[in-house]
Amino acid sequence: MTDSLASTPLDAWHRAAGAKMVPFAGYEMPIQYSSIVAEHQACRTAAAVFDVSHMGRLKFEGDGSENLLDHLLTRRVSDMPLGRVRYGLICDENGGVLDDVLVSNLETPSQKRFHLLVVNASNRQKIIDWITPRMPDFPTVTMTDRTELTAMIAVQGPKAMDVCKRLFKSDPAKLKYYQAVITDQMGKPVIVSRTGYTGEDGFELVVRAEEANRVWENLMLIGRDEGFLAAGLGARDTLRMEAAMPLYGHELDETIDPITAGLSFACNSDGRSYIGRDAIAKIAADGPSRVRIGLLPEGKRPAREGLSVLTPDGQRIGTITSGGPSPTLGHPIAMAYVDAAHAKLDRYQIDIRGKMVNAVPTALPFYKRPTNKV
Amino acid sequence: MSRDPSKLLYAETHEWVDLTTDADQSIATIGISAFAIEQLNDLVYMDLPEVGKVLTAGEEFGEVESVKAVSPLYSPISGEVVEVHSELPDQLEELNNDPLNFGWIIKVKFDGDAGRDKLMDHATYEKQCGEAG
Repeated sequence: MTDSLASTPLDAWHRAAGAKMVPFAGYEMPIQYSSIVAEHQACRTAAAVFDVSHMGRLKFEGDGSENLLDHLLTRRVSDMPLGRVRYGLICDENGGVLDDVLVSNLETPSQKRFHLLVVNASNRQKIIDWITPRMPDFPTVTMTDRTELTAMIAVQGPKAMDVCKRLFKSDPAKLKYYQAVITDQMGKPVIVSRTGYTGEDGFELVVRAEEANRVWENLMLIGRDEGFLAAGLGARDTLRMEAAMPLYGHELDETIDPITAGLSFACNSDGRSYIGRDAIAKIAADGPSRVRIGLLPEGKRPAREGLSVLTPDGQRIGTITSGGPSPTLGHPIAMAYVDAAHAKLDRYQIDIRGKMVNAVPTALPFYKRPTNKV
Repeated sequence: MSRDPSKLLYAETHEWVDLTTDADQSIATIGISAFAIEQLNDLVYMDLPEVGKVLTAGEEFGEVESVKAVSPLYSPISGEVVEVHSELPDQLEELNNDPLNFGWIIKVKFDGDAGRDKLMDHATYEKQCGEAG
């Protein structure tokens, strides 16, 4: 049964550390090592180290790679300076989201320029299949799937900077939020990107697969005295939920457009063309039929994905896409899509397996880190 | 007096049962095992039944929720709920420390066998947990 599942280069480390491993997007991944809450709190107070090697990494090289990506992404790529990272979406012609991605404009030490596209693990093959037939229109561009040749490690939390400063040749503090650079760690190349998925400051690192364990263990070794913990997908989900970051398959899918998802900042439709542009521009002009809102259910009972959202008088108007307890806030939080006509109510109800629980709307994100030094 | 885990009975669904009988009635005190609590991890919510609810063995009587998951609680015994541990949902962290004493969840009054023949002794339950773990 597990034969069809891939494992990351850090698999043996996870197992030796006692991680509970679960199948996720075709990989066996650690969901937690000891406690989701402890791993979550480590990220908010010190730092957490995540193996995110299952994320897809596609490399685009050759003249015009920025033009290919401009054609595919809702966000302009051709005006990105070297070292810039951007969040964008890949949509179909109807504006349905095929994936949300990060694109980086990078240069190797030998001054070869390339773009790195980080895609969701579950969408990697779909995105490759989406791009491949469009490659002939950009004959000087090559696309290489670097996922299995590399590993990706996220270091997130207020103390991530202190430790990373001691680890890499070039000072990561020089990077602003959403910037990346290729530097080295003990003579081996590493892409250091000041990005993340937890609401904390921190970095995402891409290293060659054979270097993954060394970099990971160095991080854990230097970070141990600072309170670093290895963290699994469980904490990654509670952290991103507090930060109200959309997760593909929950807040995003092919039936949802970027405007509905509240991601209009990731679309620039003026004076340029990309797949889905006209549909997205029309939805932006007309207004979406549903909107993403944040809810605070009363009491301690978590309201989870899939539950119905109702008006105070019992009319069903939406569905929770992500929900659960917030370890930082100490009470449940939830994100939902509701009919746009009911997006401004001051009270809602959630049907938790037959029991109606009151909920009040709240601005997103649920959690914002106290000081933003970037 | 602390409960002795070796003297309790266990359901496949990880509830423990302490059966006591005095002159006029039989009472089953029901909780969840240390193994189940460890598997669930990071408990955040527990939903308890009303006193007076009549349960059939194997019937769901409540829910316990962790950060990631919802787990139903099943009654190992048929009978009437005569007491619920109403302070427990506000002190779920104590379940880790003392699942067999402070961690009792409900007490059920029962007659006759009420489903006890389907329960496991401690050694059999330990074996089940070993296989699951």
